[in-house]
This record gives sequence, structure tokens and C-alpha cells, in this order.
Amino acid sequence: MDAPTSVYKAYYGIRQKTDPAYKCVGCAMCNMVCPNDAITPICGDEADKLRYHIDRGGQPRRRGGRRNVAGGILDRLKFIRISMLTDPALDAGRHEFELRTLLGRVLPPEENLKFLRTNGWIPPVREIYPLIIGSMSFGALSPTMWEGLQMGVAYLNEELGMPVRVCTGEGGCPPRLLRSRFLKYVILQIASGYFGWDEIIHAIPEMKEDPCAIEIKYGQGAKPGDGGLLMWYKVNQLIAAIRGVPTGINLPSPPTHQTQYSIEESVAKMIQSMYMAWGFRVPVYPKISGTSTALAVLNNLTRNPYAAGLAIDGEDGGTGAAYNVSMNHMGHPIATNIRDSYLNLVALGMQNQVPLFAGGGVGKTGNLAANAAALIMLGASGVQIGKYIMQAAAGCLGSESDRCNICNIGLCPKGITSQDPRLYRRLDVEDVAQRVVDVFLSFDTELKKIVAPLGRSTSLPIGMSDALGIDDYDAAQRLQIKYVV
Amino acid sequence: MCRLFSITSKEPLSPMVALEALDVMREGHDCSGVGIFLRDLSGPFEEMKDAPILSGIFSEKGLRRLDSFMMDIGFMTKYKITIKVPKQPPPGVPKRDIYLIRAYEYPEEWDDLSQEALYDRLLEIRLQLRLMGEEKNDMIVFSFWPDVIMIKEIGDPMLVAEHLKLDRKELHARVIMAQGRQNTNYAITLYACHPFFIQGYSTMTNGENTAFIPIKAYLESRGFPGYMGYQSDSEVLTHILHYTIKKLGLGIEAYKHIITPLQDGALQEHPDAIFLKNLKQTCRQLIIDGPNCVIGCMPDHSVFMVQDRKKLRPGVVGGKPGIYAFASEICGLDAAIPNRDKNRDFQPMHLDTAIVGPERQEVKIWNQSDPLPLLH
Repeated sequence: MDAPTSVYKAYYGIRQKTDPAYKCVGCAMCNMVCPNDAITPICGDEADKLRYHIDRGGQPRRRGGRRNVAGGILDRLKFIRISMLTDPALDAGRHEFELRTLLGRVLPPEENLKFLRTNGWIPPVREIYPLIIGSMSFGALSPTMWEGLQMGVAYLNEELGMPVRVCTGEGGCPPRLLRSRFLKYVILQIASGYFGWDEIIHAIPEMKEDPCAIEIKYGQGAKPGDGGLLMWYKVNQLIAAIRGVPTGINLPSPPTHQTQYSIEESVAKMIQSMYMAWGFRVPVYPKISGTSTALAVLNNLTRNPYAAGLAIDGEDGGTGAAYNVSMNHMGHPIATNIRDSYLNLVALGMQNQVPLFAGGGVGKTGNLAANAAALIMLGASGVQIGKYIMQAAAGCLGSESDRCNICNIGLCPKGITSQDPRLYRRLDVEDVAQRVVDVFLSFDTELKKIVAPLGRSTSLPIGMSDALGIDDYDAAQRLQIKYVV
Repeated sequence: MCRLFSITSKEPLSPMVALEALDVMREGHDCSGVGIFLRDLSGPFEEMKDAPILSGIFSEKGLRRLDSFMMDIGFMTKYKITIKVPKQPPPGVPKRDIYLIRAYEYPEEWDDLSQEALYDRLLEIRLQLRLMGEEKNDMIVFSFWPDVIMIKEIGDPMLVAEHLKLDRKELHARVIMAQGRQNTNYAITLYACHPFFIQGYSTMTNGENTAFIPIKAYLESRGFPGYMGYQSDSEVLTHILHYTIKKLGLGIEAYKHIITPLQDGALQEHPDAIFLKNLKQTCRQLIIDGPNCVIGCMPDHSVFMVQDRKKLRPGVVGGKPGIYAFASEICGLDAAIPNRDKNRDFQPMHLDTAIVGPERQEVKIWNQSDPLPLLH
């Protein structure tokens, strides 16, 4: 018998890996590389069973991303005080607006004027835009993302006259930026790992401009009560050099600053020495994660004449590598934290002296301006955003249903949080910068569309709680705003 | 809208001059109430410029409580105007027992007090009386201050004037401020009726201060007992004036810089840029966000008008040496001072403060971009 002319064999083109380490993260790159557009990631309609198996090697799941809880109270707050006839609503498009906020310790009027007369020391105060790009480190973010943010911010400041500020996060600051005029748009963060501060301290004599401010991180919304966690995947040569560490090792920051175990100590040691480093010309403020003990921190800050503000990062804060359990279950919602803190300052008569900055889930459903304005009316002087800018400026895929969330291991399919050039070259620096500008311009328009009908244009409506309402009686009582149905 | 009218004249005038001007402007207000502030009084009060005058509305019972309270402190009645009202008030005007205007002799023990301490005590007593009245609903106190009378009532201003017979010689004054309308944004209460008064400073406002709540919170947290009340969003404007001058030691020119500071660009070009930047930052919680037209009177008898940044409310000042008036509308000005040079009428804009000093010789226009006199 003749040999068969055709032989049929099965060829396994894809060797399926079923180990949880290789689970589909929904990045949709398969979709982008499939020539026939035949593949697309679809999430099953049942809760995944993978969650029970992602602790291989005894390591609980760690991830970057978000808290993965949809909704939140910020979206439920309404702006109810619409100017009708007794005071005309303003034209958001044509009226003049001055929507700036202050970052820095503002003295009470009597003291400020006295010090002005007698040449006393008046703490430095920055007039800035109330939407701040919050701390995401050089290391956590890819070089292209970081550069794009800086370029966008520089453009907003220098071409559009919007004093937008960006915070570095814990990982230090590239040496050229430290020595450039753009440093004035940057808030330098120091956290418990002190990464990058050797470089920063050495650059001080060569700085052309003072930084906008120094943020001392005591906590963050993604992992309240836990330190930073830059995983080894991302510690390449550049990151290692800027941070002053060896390459390829995990960089877990301690949960607290090792020399400071109380707020008094913290204020005395760190805030004052930071002031001293820049000749008392740069505001220094702490950032904490949302907590029921925020008032204790705040009260201590009010008693120190140096503290330049307090940033509070609520439970919905999601940028930063963290243990799953920290991200999902730890932390305090931002709305009540900010409201309580503001009312506490009002009780002390210091509401203009220690500005509060709110972060954590602001704009997580896309309603950035509405969320920001609500927080401002609850008492925040400004808001910080992290993941929103990653989504809006760089197309971060993450969603509130645990899609992707692999920022921590350097495999970001968009190149936002990767240190691998093969990935981060996917991100165009110019595009990021352009999108940052777009985001701020549209935010500005939306903010005006909110404040103009409330009759506000001359100043940012900080603490204008009479404008807020909510359809939940208990929440209204708790926030001391109107209950409306 | 409210309608405002204020007049300052070398010759004492009847309060009816102001009420008639309000009446001319009645298209702009709803005639729901009236408040009158009289200062630099003539007639019997001319002879007792230092004696504090208590103005308010009392029930019979309230009056008895007042008398025993004042006598306990040591105040003796020096002079009083008795306003006997008909038993039946006109429609829309509540029935009251007594409209009180009474000048007192200071207690002897107060003789050694400094003027500052004396003024603080007067404020304290007014606040105490107000609290007592609120407790039993039997007294409403508007002012307790030398050379100042205040009358407020709900109802059509002209009907109220007739009812109270305001056209009387004892009430003639050289500075008169009047406003025609009750509060509309919050509850109807006489404590929400303009003009507002604190320690010699009085203002009345047309428009709504949209930044009311944060400003109220800020003033209340200053620790000064007089910064209270706030049944009206406009009351904060009186207290900010008091705060500017008494607490910060600044002049009337700084008032405008506090309530509506210059925007950054203009601020940088101002000769007093450093001072003003500090002022703007440190007084940030006092920035009003109008639209508001404010007319006010200072202890030295000067009268001023200031507009907020938006300048969405009407306001005009005009007159001739010896007599000047501030009004919401030109027709109000025409009614009070018809034979003036109308070419010299001035409508303050978003940067202006118009001031007529105690000598009543001219309208001084102070522009916010001008150097501040107090610093040079």
C-alpha cells in the first residue's frame, strides 16, 4: 500500500498555561495583535475562582490599580444652590473666574499684618491650581509617563498660565529636573524609605528654583498604614541610580518613618528640618491616609506654626503597589475625613490657616470636576488625583472590576507603570503631555460650569456646604449638608 | 432686589426724605419691610451725643424686664421718644406694644473705663438684651450706641412710616440710611432686616452674598462676641467692615481689598503688591462673591458705597456740597436732591469705593488700583 499523500497532525500553537501566575489580566493586547481581530478578553459572568489560588508560594496577592469598588458617596453629592433671580447665575464661558487655592501655612490676619510691619517670618504660601497631580513616583511610573506628566504640567504653567503642580512620589527626582526651572512646578515627596533624597539634598545648592513644596508621606490611600512597595521587577539601573539603591531588589518602605513615632516628633524633626533645608522658603506638609485618627494629626499640626497643610488620601486611592487586602479593606472614606477635619478647623478658627487636600478615588467614575468641587465645598482646599490621570492621559486599562491591575510587576500593557523599554515605548511622551493639558482644560471648564450657577467666581468655594445636598438622610446629617429628595 | 438709599446732609433731615426716595424706587423692591439708620442726630439728641441710645421693639412685659435689667447695671434714662401707635396696625404690619428709642446715662462705675472698654460693654449689653428677648420673645434690639437710632419693621415702608409717625422733629438726622425689603433668602425676622449695626459701623446691602456660609463660619470663629446673628447673608458685610477697621487696624480703602481682592495680574502691578497679596491670602475666607452693592456708614459719619467684583447691582452717588446721597437708582437720587449737577453723578464700578466724608463737601472716588493711603 502506498504511503498516504496527506498526513494530518494536531499542532499545538499555543501551549496553554493554567498557572494563576499567567492569568489573563484583560489587557487586550491579544486583541491588538490578532490579525483577524478574532480574540477579545471577555470577563466571565461568574466571579472568578482564581482568587482562591493566587497565593502560590504563600504570597498573598499584591497588585497595583484601584480598590475595585464601584460607586462611592462623591458621585451622590449634588450641587443644589442654583442662583436664580436673587443673584444671577454667571456665564461659565465668559465671566472672569479666579479659581486658585493656597498651599502653605497662612497666618491669621492680625499676625500676618503684624509680621509684615515688623519684618517677621511669614511662612511661604503658594497660589496653585486646586487640582494637583498626586504623588506617583519615578519608578512606579515609566520614564515616558513621568516625562509626559512633567511636560504637560510645564505647558499648563508656561503657556496657559494655570499654576498646576505635580508631586514626585517617593522615588526621588531626575537630576536634570532638580536643576531646571521646572522644579517650581514640582512637589517633592519624602517618605519613609527616603529614596532619592541623597540626590535631592546634593542638588539643593544647584537648584535654580525652589520646589513648590515638600510633601512628607506618612500614608497613602492604596495601602493605609503600610509603606511603599516598589517591586524588584521595576528596579532597573536608572531607577536604582535615582533612588540610590542596588538594582533588581524589592524596595519596601517601612510603614512609618523610623525616627518618628509621634506627630509631635514628626513635626519637630521633619517639617522643620525640611523648612531649614530650603531656607524657610518652601512649604512642607504631611500626607496621611484617610483614618479615623486624622483629627489627632490635624490638631497637632494646628499647634505648630510650620505645618503648611494636610493631605488626606481616602480609601479609594488606588495608585501604588499594595497587598490586595490593604487595597480592598483598609482605609477611611475621604468625604467624612475631609468634612470632619474642616469643621474641626472651623471650631478652632483656623480654616484658612491649614489647607486640606483631599485624594482617593476622586473622579473614579469619570466625574472628576463634580467630585473635586464636592470635596472643595466640604472643606478641601484642593484635590489630588493619581489613577484618574493615568486613565485619562495614558489610557490605563484598569477598571473597578479588577481588570489588569498589574502596575506593580512592571508589565503594564500600556507602558504607564513599566520600566521595560519594550513596554514603555508604547507610550508617546507628547501624547501624554497633550492629554494632561486636555484634562486640565476640560476640568477647568467643568469646574466653572459648577461654580458659575452657584454664583461663585471671585474665589474657590471652600467650605460652601450650603451648596451641597444628598438623597441620603444619614449621610446628610453626617456631613452636615442638606438632605434632598 | 432690595433698594437702598442713604443721605448725608449738613442740615438735619427727616427720615421721610429717605423713605420717599425708597418709594420712588419701589419698582425695584417688594415693599415687604423697612429698616432705617439715623446718625448725627439733631433735636433733643443733639445735646447728648455721648449718651448711648437703645433702639428696639418691646412688649409691655419685655419693657419691664428691660427696665429692671438696665437699672441693675446702673443705667438711668436720660431721654426717650415715645412712639404711640394706633391699636390697629396697617395691613402687613405686625402689632407691637412699644417702639423704643431711649437715651441712657452711663452707670457711675463706668466713668473710669477707657472708650474701648466702654464700647465693648455696650455691645455686650445689646447682645445680652437680644438673647433675653429671643428667649421670651418680648424684645428685639437693633442698636445700643451713642448718637445712633435704628428703626425696623415688616410691612410697606410708607405705611410703616405713617403708622410710626416717623416724620417728627426728634428723629431728624444728618446721616440717614434706609432699605426697603424684608429678607427673602432666609426666615422673615427683623434681625435679618438691613441696615446691620455693630459698634458704630453700619452697612446695608443689595444683592446676595453667595459666599455667605464660609464667611459666617469664619467670623463666628474669630472669638468676638459681636460676630453672631447672621439671619441674613448681608450681615457679614457689616462685620467684615468692623473686622477690617477695628481688628486689623486698616482703613476703609482696605475693605474693598478684603471683600473682593484684585486678581493676580492686577495685584502684581499694584504699588502695594506685597501687602495686598498678604491681605488677600490671609483674609481669603472673607472674600464675598456677590453680586452686592454695599452702602455703609462709619463712626466718623462718612458714608460710602462699594460694589463687588461682578458689579451686577445698581448704585449711584450724587449731590452737591453740603448734601450727598447714595441710591440704588437715579430716580431715588432725583427725588431726594433734584437740583444737583447730574453730570457729576457717579456710579461706582467693580474697582471703586465712593466715599463722602464727614465734611460733606465732595465724593471721593477711591480706585482699588490706587496706592493705599494708609501705607504711605
